[in-house]
Amino acid sequence: MSAEKTAPAPAKNDLFKQITQGPGLVSVLGVIVALIVGGLLIAVTDERVATTAGYLFARPSDFFSALWEAGTSSYVALFEGSIYNSAQGFAPFLETLTVSTPLICAGLGVGLAFRAGLFNIGAQGQIIIGAAMAGYVGFAWHLPVVLHLLLVIVFGLIGGALWGGLVGLLKARTGAHEVILTIMFNYVALYLLDFLMNTQAFRRPGETNPISPILDTTAVFPALPGSRLHVGFLLAVLLTFGMGWLLKRSTLGFELRAVGHNPLAAQTAGVNVQRAMIVAMALAGALAGAAGVAQVAGTEKVLTAGIAGSLGFDAITVALLGRSTPWGTFFAGLLFGAFRAGAVNMQISTGTPIDIVLVVQSLIVLFIAAPPLIKAMFGLNPKKKKIQAAAAATQGGAQ
Amino acid sequence: MKLELRGISKAFGTFYANKGIDLVVDDAEIHCLLGENGAGKSTLMNVLYGLYQPTEGQILVDDQVVDFSGPGDAMAAGIGMVHQHFMLIPVFTVAENVALGAESTKAGGRLDLETTRRKIREISAKYGFDVDPDALVEDLPVGVQQRVEIIKALVRRARVLILDEPTAVLTPQETDELLDIMRQLKANGTSIVFISHKLREVKAVSDQITVIRRGEVVGTVSPQADTTELASMMVGRSVSLSLNKEPATPGEATFQVRDLSVIDEAGTRVLNEVSFDIHRGEILAVAGVQGNGQTELTEAILGTQPVSGGSVQLEGKELLGRSVKQVLAAGVGFVPEDRSVHGLVSQFSIEENLILDLYDRAPFAKGLSMNLAQVRKNAAEQIERFDVRTDNALNPASSLSGGNQQKVVMARELGRELKLFIASQPTRGVDVGSIEFLHRRIVAERDTGTPVMIVSTELDEVIELADRIAVLYKGSIIGIVPADTPRDVLGLMMAGVSADEAAAQHKNQGEGQ
Repeated sequence: MSAEKTAPAPAKNDLFKQITQGPGLVSVLGVIVALIVGGLLIAVTDERVATTAGYLFARPSDFFSALWEAGTSSYVALFEGSIYNSAQGFAPFLETLTVSTPLICAGLGVGLAFRAGLFNIGAQGQIIIGAAMAGYVGFAWHLPVVLHLLLVIVFGLIGGALWGGLVGLLKARTGAHEVILTIMFNYVALYLLDFLMNTQAFRRPGETNPISPILDTTAVFPALPGSRLHVGFLLAVLLTFGMGWLLKRSTLGFELRAVGHNPLAAQTAGVNVQRAMIVAMALAGALAGAAGVAQVAGTEKVLTAGIAGSLGFDAITVALLGRSTPWGTFFAGLLFGAFRAGAVNMQISTGTPIDIVLVVQSLIVLFIAAPPLIKAMFGLNPKKKKIQAAAAATQGGAQ
Repeated sequence: MKLELRGISKAFGTFYANKGIDLVVDDAEIHCLLGENGAGKSTLMNVLYGLYQPTEGQILVDDQVVDFSGPGDAMAAGIGMVHQHFMLIPVFTVAENVALGAESTKAGGRLDLETTRRKIREISAKYGFDVDPDALVEDLPVGVQQRVEIIKALVRRARVLILDEPTAVLTPQETDELLDIMRQLKANGTSIVFISHKLREVKAVSDQITVIRRGEVVGTVSPQADTTELASMMVGRSVSLSLNKEPATPGEATFQVRDLSVIDEAGTRVLNEVSFDIHRGEILAVAGVQGNGQTELTEAILGTQPVSGGSVQLEGKELLGRSVKQVLAAGVGFVPEDRSVHGLVSQFSIEENLILDLYDRAPFAKGLSMNLAQVRKNAAEQIERFDVRTDNALNPASSLSGGNQQKVVMARELGRELKLFIASQPTRGVDVGSIEFLHRRIVAERDTGTPVMIVSTELDEVIELADRIAVLYKGSIIGIVPADTPRDVLGLMMAGVSADEAAAQHKNQGEGQ
């Protein structure tokens, strides 16, 4: 007892951890609830449901069967567009893997930073710089096979690492907050690419639109014949393994995790916290840079101003859904890839707007960012008891 | 006022913090509740104060059953509580703090502080409190702030006062003054429930002592009971309170601190040209009231606190200016004062915490790759060696009790060859049984010839462990005195009286009696 305080970690930090590294069950339930809510949204905007609702009390069975069909048929179309359908076999699944590749890489980048206690909103900028450097090497240099692709990858990683590491450096040296830094770095990267795309060096000769020359065939990932799936997916798998090793079995990962949980204890134990921050952000940037490589040397094969799409922001969702663990992020990336790949088919075959997929994605984030909500819904809430017990412990210092 | 608790139980889920507790506090009695950390004393008092509803049992005030749904009811029934951490608003005056929550108002809802001021003066005069109603609370010393808390309760007509670990934050002198105040309150008919784990104070002031262990009453004894017996009741097995350590056989002074100064961000000199030596095979205990530069001293040696001047040499090599990693690698074992903040990563497993500052050294790492088998083996050994109570080394450190967490930190720091061992508050918040164990470990390290520096605000611990005692006051070393220096002298030094003067005062007092 004496002056002993039970010293709760700062509440803000707790929340950060709860959202970024909480139990996986919340993620799974969050996805399920989001799908159900999304299904309801699809159903209520469906025309037939609206019509049958008009005579709901006369023939309620019509209304409910319309409701059920509207909801399920969209998801069936989503499934057929992303995993399997009788006409194309598993071809849609290969498309899902293709779309997932950059999401997984960038998601790992965001997740790695989370584990070191850093909120990396800057995946977008890191992807852009990575893609720009990789793309430039890909179309401007002409090198032998293998070596060329290797350099494309390396320069993409370096580009992302620089963009992320710079944020880490600024944070470590000046104490500036990484969230603000990364957001601003996103803008810098975005407009820098806009500018570059209008220079002689980057714009395709004879073209007025901001589009680069096509990458050399030696510079792009070999693809599986008959699909868009390319070797970049293997890179994503490799990076997932790599991050697993880094976090679990390396001294560097030990440092990063220690800094992420308790920087003061890490410092007392001799960890150079500033260096750890810089390294964490550089590695996170390199992973996002890999996403840029996957985009420019895998799916697109040209550099455009919109090369990163909304990947960098989806990556945050992916990392959150994956609880910042390597394999959690991997599967979250696959899920989001499936959403994207299947959304097109869903719109074509059922008329459900693609936007509904974005709604589901957003709902997932919403549910994950508010873990108590999911816990309360499913009666998983031991929190009340915990609060009481914690109060008991804190009330008297420690009784 | 007579207060009675009958069969009080309080459960949190399946865990019983209190189980069937009977307690009778007579009119004008000082009743001590003695027990270790987590024994359930504070929970019991929170039940009594209406903060918790008992799962079972009754509370009787003057033989009438009462039902408290909140602190308001308890206060109305004449129960006042002084929490261990004061519930005062620092930027308010004493009068404003006392009035808060029970403000008297004039016409139109205007605040009437005059009545409160008058009451404060009355109480202050009656007990010799010397409290100015218009002083800002943040300007007052801790001891006076505590009196403000007591006044707050008395103004609300408390006839039973609960004091939760009131001496934890006080200097020895302030503690004595508090004990006097308690006796006066008793003389004026106020009953007091005194919660403590410090046997000396408990014996000095109590009329009755109720010992609680694991949520249950072990027994009620008179203060004449033997100290060792009380300690054994508390812990549940026999403990020896004195270490009976061998006298030190100091060797050469291998650790030398010279003119070490630290100026904090606000520009205050928090450490002022501190100089001392520690010899091989000797324990130097740094005593002092909390916040007199102890934290800065240890952190400056470790290298996490920038210094403004001085030198720190270990075996002739300068430690200042090196990174923490280099200092640790130079053979320094460091136990920080607050284990949960600086000593452990509470989300990490026990296993990982046992190598928190060794993770990149052989045999735990080779290059970038960690050897998890060695980490596991090390954990098994250290848990065995330091008797860490856990069923799985993969559990997070936060699952351990305070004593076992401290054992993890100590095991880690003592588990390697050391040239200097520094431990701040080595047994803060640790149960009596573990204190003995940890103290023996520290002495054992000394006996291998390591210079040891202990920083503690607990005078008992300082006296127990020290071969020499350095007293810090406002960032300066007031004096370095032998271990057999009388308590009173140390107490005076902790309040800023120089060693010579303190000794002289002590002598005069002795002659006066």
